[in-house]
Formats: sequence, structure tokens, C-alpha cells
Amino acid sequence: MTPPASIAIAEAGPAPTRERPPASVYGPFAWVRANLFNGIFSTIVTLVLGVAIAWALYGFLKWGVANAIWSVPTTATGALDPTACRAAHGTGACWAAINDKWRFMLFGRFPYDQQWRAGICIALFIGLFYVSSDRRFWRKELAYIWAATLAVIFTLMWGGVFGLSYVPQDEWGGLPITLILATFGLALAFPLSVLVALGRRSTALPAVKTLCIVYVELIRGVPLIALLFMANVMFPLFMPVGLNPDKLLRAQVAIILFAAAYLAEVVRGGLQALPKGQAEAADALGLTYWQKTLKITLPQALRLVIPPLVNTFIGFFKDTSLVLTIGILDLLTASKTAMADPVWQGVSTEIYIVVAMVYVAFCYTMSSYSRSIERKLDRARNR
Amino acid sequence: MAEAAPAIVLDKVNKWYGAMHVLRDITMNVDQKERVVVCGPSGSGKSTMIRCINRLEQHQQGRIVVDGTELTDDVRALDTIRREVGMVFQSFNLFPHLTILQNCTLAPISVRKMPKAEAEELAMDFLRKVKIPEQANKYPGQLSGGQQQRVAIARALCMKPKIMLFDEPTSALDPEMIKEVLDTMVSLAESGMTMVCVTHEMGFARMVADRVVFMDRGEIVESGTPTRMFEDPQTDRLKLFLSQILRGH
Repeated sequence: MTPPASIAIAEAGPAPTRERPPASVYGPFAWVRANLFNGIFSTIVTLVLGVAIAWALYGFLKWGVANAIWSVPTTATGALDPTACRAAHGTGACWAAINDKWRFMLFGRFPYDQQWRAGICIALFIGLFYVSSDRRFWRKELAYIWAATLAVIFTLMWGGVFGLSYVPQDEWGGLPITLILATFGLALAFPLSVLVALGRRSTALPAVKTLCIVYVELIRGVPLIALLFMANVMFPLFMPVGLNPDKLLRAQVAIILFAAAYLAEVVRGGLQALPKGQAEAADALGLTYWQKTLKITLPQALRLVIPPLVNTFIGFFKDTSLVLTIGILDLLTASKTAMADPVWQGVSTEIYIVVAMVYVAFCYTMSSYSRSIERKLDRARNR
Repeated sequence: MAEAAPAIVLDKVNKWYGAMHVLRDITMNVDQKERVVVCGPSGSGKSTMIRCINRLEQHQQGRIVVDGTELTDDVRALDTIRREVGMVFQSFNLFPHLTILQNCTLAPISVRKMPKAEAEELAMDFLRKVKIPEQANKYPGQLSGGQQQRVAIARALCMKPKIMLFDEPTSALDPEMIKEVLDTMVSLAESGMTMVCVTHEMGFARMVADRVVFMDRGEIVESGTPTRMFEDPQTDRLKLFLSQILRGH
């Protein structure tokens, strides 16, 4: 006897629980349908954009790969013969220029036979960032590693000891300058900014609070370029004769002060966003101001502002290129100087592309690191 | 200290928020081991009053003496008082970036300079007393509201305070979690702790309070034993308040 259909369903028991949604919403085809061809309008947009992207990519590959000049012959006198590049100008990229000029772009006017020293410095910086990014190394020893690495970097750059020839600071250039300005700029600006943010929120010390407000508003109200000019031109006028810190140091101080003002506002935003109850609970437990700040409010506030903090970090990494206005040869300036070589007249797009790729590599690493650390911190708290 | 000295003295305490007079001539003593429940409609100043006792709010006139120390601008006096006075908040205020155990050991280690091992042992003791030792290594976000509030009580007790302040400890909880927190508070009361508790839980007041204080519009309107207060209210304001509270139950 077959029971009526409705009873059969009831007797089948509860529906088997599915561990994942039905297969039709999985896989690349489902993804494409759901995201690219989801209705007439979206299909049209997808097709139009697809054609535009393909067209642009085709043009770029034709210029950058198919028609590109990768190397040029050497003339009888030993110089490079750029005729092929000149002929291809406008239709094909001249990567031969990069091949010839990459060392000047990376190291600026650093003595050619000593450029391995600057190269090691770049590697040391990258190694330092890598070690610092790993939470397993977040211990006191990391401070010593930083001090030691930076000492080695400056020994290599300056020389004058251990049989290394002396290289005056105005011969430094290229990527090491960018890394020095950005690393010191942010490593020193960040702690300064935390102090300024705390000072600006202080209720017990009104004088400190006023000082912090004036500092932030004054520095923020001036363009970085103006600050760099001031550091370069005006500052030496105030210094006693014979005591004149070098140009790089003056630019570095300007960058630190500028970055700190911006970062301070980011940190203050984080402190502001914390529920008042956190500080009250710390007070009620009898923690002192610094115990409360270092163990309760600051760790939570900084975690909240990782995205805007990294945003500012990335911005300042690129803003170091403004030192070109006071004649310091950072990565971008050194590369622009490389373009001035009469042999490679007209080759600029290629050089800009390479410089941009270096900046993108550093900035993208920073942003993906910030994303990974946010994920890890979130997982730890399961929120 | 003399046996008879009161744990808390409030003497003609006044406070204003701008032009608003939120505490008016509050005068009240809390004896050692006394359990006082403060009730009143919202905006009556009861939370402000209790928060003045450990100076989360500053009073502007009058005297507050806690455990023999007067509350002034002197930072050292304030530190002394805060060490001896524990507080439990309506919104728990656990530190979300620390584990339950770290929440409990932070203050004993940094304020009382207790060795870490000893502080952890003490914390586990209190976590057992509030019946959640198994949650010690979780983060506050992983616990229910009732569990969080019990942790908050344990955290305050880890400082071995002489006085405990409760600022509406059950008001942010779902009904089924109120009992577990009240049970914890009852057993704390039975252990002889001096307690000042702002709450609307009249059952709790009946069970443990030595005295109920009724506040309205910034002043103490009436006070007395729970039985007297609930069964024979003298003022119209208390009668009105009780009728509103009881209607809700």
C-alpha cells in the first residue's frame, strides 16, 4: 500500500542537513554568472569593459613586448648606439635604456665601483622589514636588531672605516635614500605621534595639550614641500656657524615632524573611538595613567586604526619623493636624472614604469601585510 | 582603624553638570560590612553618586571619606582608595584584547606588584567562586553577558577590595542571565563584604540589603530597611516609584 504523497514526505523525516549550499552556486561558471552576467545591464557593462581592457592590454603588450627594443649594439668607440631605440620611438619600448641606466636609478651618484655597498643596504632594509613583520620576533631583542642593522647600513653608506672608501652624503642617491627617509621618518614619527595624541587628549596637563594642538595644526597647515624648503634654506640661517647638520638630516627631520602630526590625528581618532568604560574600568582597578594607557587604551586604539595608519604610512613612503625639490636624489629623482642622458633622449615612459613598479612593490607589501595582521588579530579575539 | 569607623562617609555632597544640579546635599554613611542598595528612577543621580565614591566623577562640594581617606585632588589618596574599592559596571567593561585570566591578573600584577604565578592562582580561585574557571583562557567576546559580568566581579575581587560598588550590574543582561549574576552577588554579600549596589532588583534588595536608599532628582528621599521601605513607604515619591517598579514584575 502506498501512502498518499503528503504522508510519504512527512515520514521521510527531517531533511538532511546540508553542510554547504547547493553546488550550483559554486565554481567559476557560477561565479561568472553571478558577478559578470547577472542581467542585461551587467552583461552589457561586462562586455564593454572587457573589450576596453583587452584593447588596452593589446596596445601595451605590442608596445612593451612585441615591438620593444631589449638591447642595442655597441659602437666601435665602446658607446651604446641608440639608433634602434630612436627608430622605435612611439611604437616600441626601449628597455635597453633601463638595462643601461638601472644602476643610476637605484643608486644615484654613489661611486660606481662601490655600489655593491648601497645594494647590500637595500637588502638589509628589506630583511629588517621582513623580520619586524613577524610577530614571533616582537621582543626586546628586535630593538637591538634594528640598532645593529641601522649601524651597519650607515657604515656601508658612509664608509671611511674598515677599508671602505668614504662616500660623502651628497653622493648618496636612489632607493637607499628613499628607504632611509621612509624608515626613519615613520619609525620615529610613530612614537612621537602617539605622545602627541596622548598629549592632545590630556585633561590634567592643559599646557601640554595646547602645545600638542598648536604643533599639529601648525605642521598640518603647511605643505610638506614648504617644510622641506624651510629645513633646507631657513634652518641653516638660525644655526651657529660651523654647526650645520647635513641636508639629508634636515629633510629627515622635516619629514618626521610632518608625518608625526598626521599620524597623531589618526592615533587620536582611535583613542576617541574606544568606549569610555575601558578607561573607567582601568581607573577603578587602580591602574596608573601609564599602566592604563600602555596596557588598556593604546593597544585597543592602535588596533582600531590599522587601516588609516597604514594608509598614512603608504602616503609618506611616496611623499619622500618630494625631497627632489631640495636636490636630494631619491629613487624618483635619480631616475628623472637618468632620463637626462643625451644617449637615451626621449626615453621616459619606460623609466617611469620601472620606478612605479618599485613603489608599487613596497606599498602593496605594506597594505597586504596590514590586511593579514588585521585578520590575525581578529581571529585571536574571535569577534 | 577603629572598629566603629564607617567604610564610606558622604557629607553634604553636591555636584553639577553645567547648570544641572545632579547631586543635592547627599549625606550618607555606609558602615563596615554593611550592604546598601540604592534605587530610584533613571536620572535620579544614583549612578553619579556611586561613581563619586571612587572618583570616576568629581564632586564639587562636600566631603567624601572612603576607608578613612578623604577624596581630594591628591593623586596618592585617590590611588589608595581605588585599590581598596572594587567596581562592577552595567556594561561589564572587560578588556576585550585580554583573556579572562589576564583581565583578572592585570591589576594585581601591575598595581599590587604581585608575582604572576600568585596572581594567576588568586584569579583562578575567584573564577572558581563565580563558577567559570573553564573560561580562563577565552576572550571576553566569546562569553555570554552573564558570564562576562561574573568575570567582572571576579576581576574586581582579585584586588582584594574592602568595599565593592555595583552600578546597575544586571541592567544590561538578558532575563535568564540575571539570576546567575545575582547569585554571585548574594554569596559575596554572605561573605561579609561591604557593598553599595545600585539596582532595581527588589528581590535582591530584600534578600541581602541591610538598608535601602531611595533617590530622586539628585537627593536622598527616604531610606530604611528593605521591609520597612517596601511595605510601608512614607513618601509619595517612593510609593509612585514602587508602584511603577512592581507593575513591571
